[in-house]
Amino acid sequence: MNILLILPIIIPFITGIILILAWNNRPFQRAFSVVGAAALLIAGLALLRDVWQNGIQVAQMGGWPAPFGITLVADLLSCIMVILGGIMVLSIGIYSLMDVDKGRESFGYYPLLHILMMGISGSFLTGDLFNLYVWFEVMLMSSFVLLVLGGERNQLEGGIKYVTLNLLSSAIFLAAVGAMYGLVGTVNMADLAVMVQRGEQAGIIQTLATMFLIAFGIKAAIFPLFFWLPSSYHTPPAGVSAIFAGLLTKVGVYTLIRVFTLIFILDVGYTHTIILVLAGFTMVSGVLGAATQNEMRRILSFHIISQIGYMIMGLGLYTPLALAGSVFYIMHHIIVKANLFLVSGVVNRLRGTYQLKKLGGLYRVYPMLGVLFLIPAFSLAGVPPLSGFWAKFALIRAALEIDSYLIVAAALVVSLLTLFSMTKIWGEVFWKADPAEHPETEENPPLSQLAYLIIPIAGLALITVSIGLFSEPFFALAIDAAKQLLNPAEYIQAVNPVVGGSL
Amino acid sequence: MVLEAVLSGFVLALFAPWIYKVGRGAAGWILALLPIGIFIYFATFVPPVAEGETFVFAQTWVPSIDISLSFNVDGLSLLFAMIISGVGALVIIYAGGYLAHDRDINRFYVYILMFMASMLGVVLSDNVITIFIFWELTSITSFMLIGYYHEKPESRTAALQALLVTGAGGLALMAGLVMMALVGGSWEISELLNRGDVITGSSLYVPILILVLAGAFTKSAQFPFHFWLPNAMAAPTPVSTYLHSATMVKAGIYLMARFSPALGGTQTWTVVVTSFGAVTMLLAAHMAWQKKDLKQILAYSTVSALGILTMLLGVGTHAALEAALVFLVVHSMYKGGLFMVAGAVDHEAGTRDIALLSGLRKAMPITGAAAVLAGLSMSGIPPFFGFVGKELIYESTTEFDMSAILLTVFAFLTNGLTITAALLVAHKPFFGSKLSAPKHPHEAPLTMWLGPVTLGTLGLLFGLLAGWVGEFLIAPAVSAVQHHQTEVHLALWHGFSMILLLSLVTIAFGVLVYWKHEVLGRWFAPSNVISKWGPEQWYFWSLDGMLGFGRWQTRLLQSGYLRNYLLIIIFSTVGLGLYTLSKYNVFSQNTIFRPIDVTSYEFMFMALIVASAFVVTQVRSRLAAVAALGVVGYGVAIIFVLDGAPDLAMTQFSIETLSVILLVLVLYRLPRFIQFSRSRPKKITEITAALAGGGFMALLVLLVTALPAQSRLAPYFAENSYKLAHGHNVVNVILVDFRGFDTMGEITVLGIAAVGVFGLLKLRLDKTRQTDTPPDVLTTQHQSADVFPVMEREQS
Repeated sequence: MNILLILPIIIPFITGIILILAWNNRPFQRAFSVVGAAALLIAGLALLRDVWQNGIQVAQMGGWPAPFGITLVADLLSCIMVILGGIMVLSIGIYSLMDVDKGRESFGYYPLLHILMMGISGSFLTGDLFNLYVWFEVMLMSSFVLLVLGGERNQLEGGIKYVTLNLLSSAIFLAAVGAMYGLVGTVNMADLAVMVQRGEQAGIIQTLATMFLIAFGIKAAIFPLFFWLPSSYHTPPAGVSAIFAGLLTKVGVYTLIRVFTLIFILDVGYTHTIILVLAGFTMVSGVLGAATQNEMRRILSFHIISQIGYMIMGLGLYTPLALAGSVFYIMHHIIVKANLFLVSGVVNRLRGTYQLKKLGGLYRVYPMLGVLFLIPAFSLAGVPPLSGFWAKFALIRAALEIDSYLIVAAALVVSLLTLFSMTKIWGEVFWKADPAEHPETEENPPLSQLAYLIIPIAGLALITVSIGLFSEPFFALAIDAAKQLLNPAEYIQAVNPVVGGSL
Repeated sequence: MVLEAVLSGFVLALFAPWIYKVGRGAAGWILALLPIGIFIYFATFVPPVAEGETFVFAQTWVPSIDISLSFNVDGLSLLFAMIISGVGALVIIYAGGYLAHDRDINRFYVYILMFMASMLGVVLSDNVITIFIFWELTSITSFMLIGYYHEKPESRTAALQALLVTGAGGLALMAGLVMMALVGGSWEISELLNRGDVITGSSLYVPILILVLAGAFTKSAQFPFHFWLPNAMAAPTPVSTYLHSATMVKAGIYLMARFSPALGGTQTWTVVVTSFGAVTMLLAAHMAWQKKDLKQILAYSTVSALGILTMLLGVGTHAALEAALVFLVVHSMYKGGLFMVAGAVDHEAGTRDIALLSGLRKAMPITGAAAVLAGLSMSGIPPFFGFVGKELIYESTTEFDMSAILLTVFAFLTNGLTITAALLVAHKPFFGSKLSAPKHPHEAPLTMWLGPVTLGTLGLLFGLLAGWVGEFLIAPAVSAVQHHQTEVHLALWHGFSMILLLSLVTIAFGVLVYWKHEVLGRWFAPSNVISKWGPEQWYFWSLDGMLGFGRWQTRLLQSGYLRNYLLIIIFSTVGLGLYTLSKYNVFSQNTIFRPIDVTSYEFMFMALIVASAFVVTQVRSRLAAVAALGVVGYGVAIIFVLDGAPDLAMTQFSIETLSVILLVLVLYRLPRFIQFSRSRPKKITEITAALAGGGFMALLVLLVTALPAQSRLAPYFAENSYKLAHGHNVVNVILVDFRGFDTMGEITVLGIAAVGVFGLLKLRLDKTRQTDTPPDVLTTQHQSADVFPVMEREQS
């Protein structure tokens, strides 16, 4: 049993509990939250090191052999996701020190943040479908509370849609898990993979696969299931939007990749073609939504959808390079998208609005903020040599290698439209003359006064640039992760479920 | 070394604001040292490259996906690199004077240096992806530079337009390059050039060609993508000089020249490239002489020159390539010089409108002299280098085997109108007896006449030393484009020939149009109405169309109504599920309906459940609904009892009881139900959704339960719960031991729910904080009656 697998779940759990115990001590909460976040990141890195050196790692909870207990599994993809989660919570943890108001801090903002991370890490590490459902519940509950905490009207409005649609997803997921259990008698993923590969009752299994596609697709916000996302992401504080934007939908993408590379690979020509078609529609529909919005966070929210399309495009293409492209895209996207939300939060703090119409002139007053916006914005649009370009390139090359021209056309047009809407924000918020006149001194505090906000933004921007300029190690990692995904035997062997019910 | 030469510009760009802070007015001179150094560095390559050597510098970058930082110095890239660094140095010095009093000049230096570095990267790269990366960087830096005066709306519009048009082409180019690399089997350009037959013989040749040309044509402003270039004149003049005449717009030309060994030589190439070039050169030349603004005249004549270059590359014979490369050098010199002159005139005389300017030579003699030098080269008057260029153009069009006469006529008209444009720019403002300008003109400072004088003089020198230029600069470049060693003999004097006669007639035609340009301009004015429906309008239409379609689809999908969202998801789930079931013929292979022994009391409970479920949907009171739901739950629990799962039933009973009590307690204080759907079609949709969802689940359960149960876990749990886990109650052992980890998670959920309820009840930020977030809809026009206010689009 490898303790490293449990740490990414236990660290945020314990952090959360300690924070709840220190309910009335805000200064302690603020400091300890950052410590817990850093610990999570370190645990993730240690786990990656272990998996990189020793292959897929497994922990059987309670010492019960698979498939009877609950198994935690860490392959490269899981480790990458856990590390990204660590980077996110550390950045948001620092950012929140200045972004989150006293009221929210007093009502459990920090414990909720860490419990959310517990759910997210759990989802990345579990090797058990029902356990995944539990982590989804942890995530859903803590994210819902974070979303509506503060009780502002539009928060509640968004929150209700968020929770209703996600509960529907949970219901479909649970129904599918139940039917799956009735069919093959197990919920351990590796065990399921073995049973499904026997090819019995393929029709029912494929039908259940589509239910998983829908359930995880709602979580991932793919077309036409994404409604909850643009309804809610623009309502909470910027830090919360940022961590949601970075991580939540990616949990959905991760689970889609997990089950559609490990379990449901009976008839790739059917399931993965559906995924590819949905990827195309998701990209186009999301970016068209973004192009027509006029509020910074709404634009960014619709772009999340669009880019989910790219991530599952790699899954749909189902080649080593394509999956590597998806993995790389996830790495790039989490960093960049969260950062854009963080920048939007700074803009809101400086000018009190997210509306493009009312903003302007920030490049004149804050050129450095402009640069910090341009890096993730151009990266998002796939401008070389930033991280987004490599992600896009890998996917497009992978698609061209197998003559999948339509999806290439969609991906390229969407990337142009992404550039269009990023330059729209740039033009309206930064370039355009400020529609309201601000006295030079009073309302324009120097950025150094916003250090807690700027440090994470600059850090994430630095990561984006580094991934862009020194992409080889990241690509090597993504390619190895993809190879693992395409070889389920490795995963199954590591979990080593007791075969065929014999004891 | 080449890598460092390319990257140095990016590094210096980072320090440029600091250098400006220290150097102030001298910053331009200091920063220009870098391009001068780069120019000298590349100049050292001239002798060996003229001997036929090429230099390859390779550095690994992302080997996992075959991307290397490899650079190739051959005749073609060397010629471009020297133009880029040479003109770059002059432009940076020039900008130091032109933008001396502008508060954003430090930013200008940053972008222009980054641009220079990117442009060097484009012409030197030997990897298809690296070249694309630099290519895109030129588009981005161009965007930042066109938008330099970013508080002006027209600057922003022009910047965006240039970015979108070249960006669209860029993406096509990316696809084209990747396809070419896949077909050719290498990511290195020098390798691909050896495999021209593989590429031209491939079934993907035509798509590759179209995609690559789309990149080249948009960048080099070929019709119908040309419109962004004249609009890009919103940029400060140094930018127009450097990016939009001397270098960036020639990137497309470079690309076609570079890849012509791999893609050229086919009938398709010749027809497509030649005709786009020919149409562009004539149309743009015709537009140029009708403009009144100095920069607009120059912009259109630049488009025309790019057309000439494209046309020559399309023809592709030795003579044509020779002509193309000579004309490339000629054009960079005279057009760069004239743009700087136009900037100086604007700066010193206060306008660029030629109607308002005359006699400036008296006030600005040096600038005037530079203008004359450049204008003579542009008009192709001997002994200027422009004359050599024009002779060669005629030589190649008259030898064109497809339709020599037509192409020569096009070339003749273009060249003639180019002379008119040259006169409008270099003659009209400076000559004439009366000095006229909106403000009192002075001679431009040294920084601003150094560039045009240098370039103008070079135009003369190159003409006089044509043989030498041909041997050392043009011949290696032509060799690179032809992909084999070749010789070029340039001379000013070719003896009396048809071509010389043609040149003379051209000059006469150009002067004639200039002489009568005001009258002719009025004649042609009506024809310009066409531009209202021209390509630029297509651009705006497609942008508007995209936005209109986007709004429509977003309103359709993201309607703001939770009801619609639920319906779409349910119908998607059921639809996809049913389709999959029938695709795999599950219905024919599996039993769905089978005889089951249903006892009378089982049937009774079932009827009770169904009836209560129906009641839930019909009652108007919350309490009644909760009670009916409770009955459903109890009914299910009883079925558990009957099926031999009393422990499960007990759990269900307690949960149902608890939830009914809790719900009643909460709901008691809330107002009466609001009827969601009143209209009949809506009711029908909802009933359909409910039946479809329930029916699909029932179908699935029937399918699964018809098969023999094969739980792998139950026997193990039953056997080992006491033996290994020391507990008699299997359910308990599962919950706290076998799957205790799940329970830990579920307890966490409950804890968080408690925190959440506490926070929601106690914390209300609405009063203290004013937010500015819109509701989840685009428009708030159609407020319909069936909206539950709290759940749906509250704010408006």
